[in-house]
Amino acid sequence: MRQLSASQLTAPVRALLLEMAFRLPEDVRQALACARGTDRSPRAREILGLLLDNVAAAETESLPLCQDTGLVVVFAEVGEEVCLEGHLQGAIDEAVAAAYTEGYLRPSVLADPLRRNSNTGANTPAIIHLEWVPGDQLTLHVVAKGGGSENQSGLWMLSPSHGREGIISAVVERVRRAGGQPCPPLILGLGIGGNFETAPLLAKRSLFRSLGEPSPDPDVAALEAEILAAVNATGVGPLGMGGDTTALAVHALTAPCHLASLPVALNVQCHAARHGTVVI
Amino acid sequence: MSDPTASSEATPLRLDLPWDHECVAALRAGQDVRLYGEIFTARDAAHARLLAALEAGEPLPLELEGATLYYCGPTPGRPPRVVGAAGPTTSSRMDRYAPALYRAGVRATLGKGERGLSVREACCECGAVYLITVGGGGALLGSRIVEAEVIAYPELGPEAIRRLVVEDFPAWVAYDAHGGSIFSDEEDLP
Repeated sequence: MRQLSASQLTAPVRALLLEMAFRLPEDVRQALACARGTDRSPRAREILGLLLDNVAAAETESLPLCQDTGLVVVFAEVGEEVCLEGHLQGAIDEAVAAAYTEGYLRPSVLADPLRRNSNTGANTPAIIHLEWVPGDQLTLHVVAKGGGSENQSGLWMLSPSHGREGIISAVVERVRRAGGQPCPPLILGLGIGGNFETAPLLAKRSLFRSLGEPSPDPDVAALEAEILAAVNATGVGPLGMGGDTTALAVHALTAPCHLASLPVALNVQCHAARHGTVVI
Repeated sequence: MSDPTASSEATPLRLDLPWDHECVAALRAGQDVRLYGEIFTARDAAHARLLAALEAGEPLPLELEGATLYYCGPTPGRPPRVVGAAGPTTSSRMDRYAPALYRAGVRATLGKGERGLSVREACCECGAVYLITVGGGGALLGSRIVEAEVIAYPELGPEAIRRLVVEDFPAWVAYDAHGGSIFSDEEDLP
């Protein structure tokens, strides 16, 4: 067994959160730049140019990419040979509080969803999901998820008879209805299968994949491509003002499910796709 | 919807705030504008309080006549900056409050995304507009703010009402006072 102390996580998670708030992942920046070159709408190209200006301003002016600096969600993959001492939630919350205070990031967490004046002040607690994996490493996948795009996410308990077409129409209709509200261009995370609680986890998990990298399963990759084409044919466009670039990518993950069910979850991610990974 | 090919070549129109009536009436959905002057941040919690005060006939913390309300909860300013990132939040969450505020004198709201029919109708009724700015453009927009001070509800933290002074702040007319809309999925009102 490899002994690890939860307190070893605090410094690297704090550093990652500070990096994420100010620097867009290079794959997302490149996708925005590529779309600016190809979108047929002049207004869409103008907006994509402003989004790239924003990425540059965040770095040069040391301003967060977006004022919604997100709710911190962590997928922790714990190696089966790791013996973790201490309090994981406490160590991660300490990192969040340090990063959000030192970085002048916005505290966006209410202790009580029904009391508007219950802001916890340091953006804690983080939401943590644990998974056991082979090996002696501890890997933390971290996302700082904005509220505006999260609000447009959805879960459908489809009937198996709805099939592939039902999945496509549910997702496309949701994106069309959301319009400019979730800050398109979007990254769409799709969880297909599992059940009522695991389909949304798959959807969020899929957002960690590098942009444009298709699913290793050819059938799933074909579905991703078909949904991306259909979503970009809606004409919603950047910020809802028209154009070809409604989504930059569609990522899907699947899992076994009950033969009576076809759970489908959509996690909507805005263009400020702030995520990263720490390996210990 | 406005013609999506129209805006990008035209020079943006400079708008000095607070507003006068004729200036609002001349605006058309789809126009590219740059804001200069005073705007006030207010989002969910501040709106609930403003409306409660308005309905109770209590004094308000700002002059609504001619005002622009910006749906925004900025990040704190890293000294010497007065404010940090300051992009728009989703406007539709404030739809239930907007018509009453337009009727009380607000000339413009500023945010992101489509809104309900009641807001578009209130713009026509009151001679007011709904503007949108760069969703997810918090760094760019924060760099265009030259003054910021909390003027009400400091206990709401990021949701407090702030008076901002902006310069060269990019925006588009989303709903005009004549039923027009900028959005690709909305027809103009008759």
